[in-house]
Amino acid sequence: MIQISNLSFYYKKSAPIFEGVTLQIKSGIYGLLGENGVGKTSLLHIISGLRFPKSGSCNVCGYESYKRKPGMLSQLFFLPEEFNTPSESISTYAKLNGVFYPNFKQSELDEYLDIFQVDRQKKMTQMSFGQKKKAMIAFAIAANTPVLLLDEPTNGLDIPSKSQFRKIISSVSTSDKSIVISTHQVRDLENLIDPIIILDRNQVLLNNTVEEITQKLHFTYSATKPQDSLYCEQILQGYSAVSENVDNEESILNIESLFSAVVLNKEKIKNIFNN
Amino acid sequence: MDFKTNKPIYMQIVDLCFGKILTGEWKDDERIPSVRELGASLQVNPNTAMRAFEYMQAEDVIYIKRGMGYYVQKNARKQIVKLQKEEFFKDVLPEAFRTMLLLNIDINEIVEKYESYKNEQS
Repeated sequence: MIQISNLSFYYKKSAPIFEGVTLQIKSGIYGLLGENGVGKTSLLHIISGLRFPKSGSCNVCGYESYKRKPGMLSQLFFLPEEFNTPSESISTYAKLNGVFYPNFKQSELDEYLDIFQVDRQKKMTQMSFGQKKKAMIAFAIAANTPVLLLDEPTNGLDIPSKSQFRKIISSVSTSDKSIVISTHQVRDLENLIDPIIILDRNQVLLNNTVEEITQKLHFTYSATKPQDSLYCEQILQGYSAVSENVDNEESILNIESLFSAVVLNKEKIKNIFNN
Repeated sequence: MDFKTNKPIYMQIVDLCFGKILTGEWKDDERIPSVRELGASLQVNPNTAMRAFEYMQAEDVIYIKRGMGYYVQKNARKQIVKLQKEEFFKDVLPEAFRTMLLLNIDINEIVEKYESYKNEQS
């Protein structure tokens, strides 16, 4: 659904954000991870046509995203991490903006607003950050676009809302939808995101499904410190470690350990996944 | 649901479903929740829920009626007991043995405890 080829991008020529990045995003609930400042938001901006590639291309649903064709824009919804809303209620907002999205469903919006307990008549400018965010998340999901980009959606959500968010995202994910969630709150979304993309300065370190990751890497918890691990951390129960899965054992993905293992062993990880 | 860290999530979902069948919450030849419903209520990726359903189907615990959904297989309980017994001997018991060796616990001590436990239960 999203095909990025040989993409280069920078704000300052001396500090490139992406250099020759190639990345394919199909259907699924993608988790977009990366340290601060590696370009997660820039990537979402490029996909949604808000920023233009310096070279290379970004194709979304058959359109070059920088051209911002109505045909693409009606198939994509991008919700930034922080945003200003017009001084109107979510009901009015939906009435005015829902028409741009051919699959927008009012009934779904009503359902999600009920679940999130958002006042649909209150002006969004008078709402708290969390309420406003939930109102717009509800609209974003109800727009039913094939491409849905959410930048740090769980930031600002209270505890019950995070769990409602997971339920809704899980229930709307279909084989004709790409949902891309950029996040630092991996514990909020641990069992939800699959595949996982890890960005690094200039490049994509990893873009694999959870099944592929656990085939290549073995996540262990043990009382003694394991040998030859890619990453090892002392925890209450002993050691949590990531090593190469040489014996083809089944284990459960720990995203935080995965992230550290990948960032600490960039070249090695690339070799493991390219074999 | 709080997931454990040492067992694949889809197998933990399988265990949850097995529990529902063993306790009779899900009955023979009755329809069970869809992949999507179960995935959403457990807040996991639908692919993970799908894997659990595929496993249970392959192990003959549930069956699919085209366009209708998944149903509990007749004799599912018998099959589950067989599977969980296998798991007990493969995973649970070796772990107990390991602790026994580590703490120098004699098997006769275990037999004794087991007998008195059985008496207490009956």
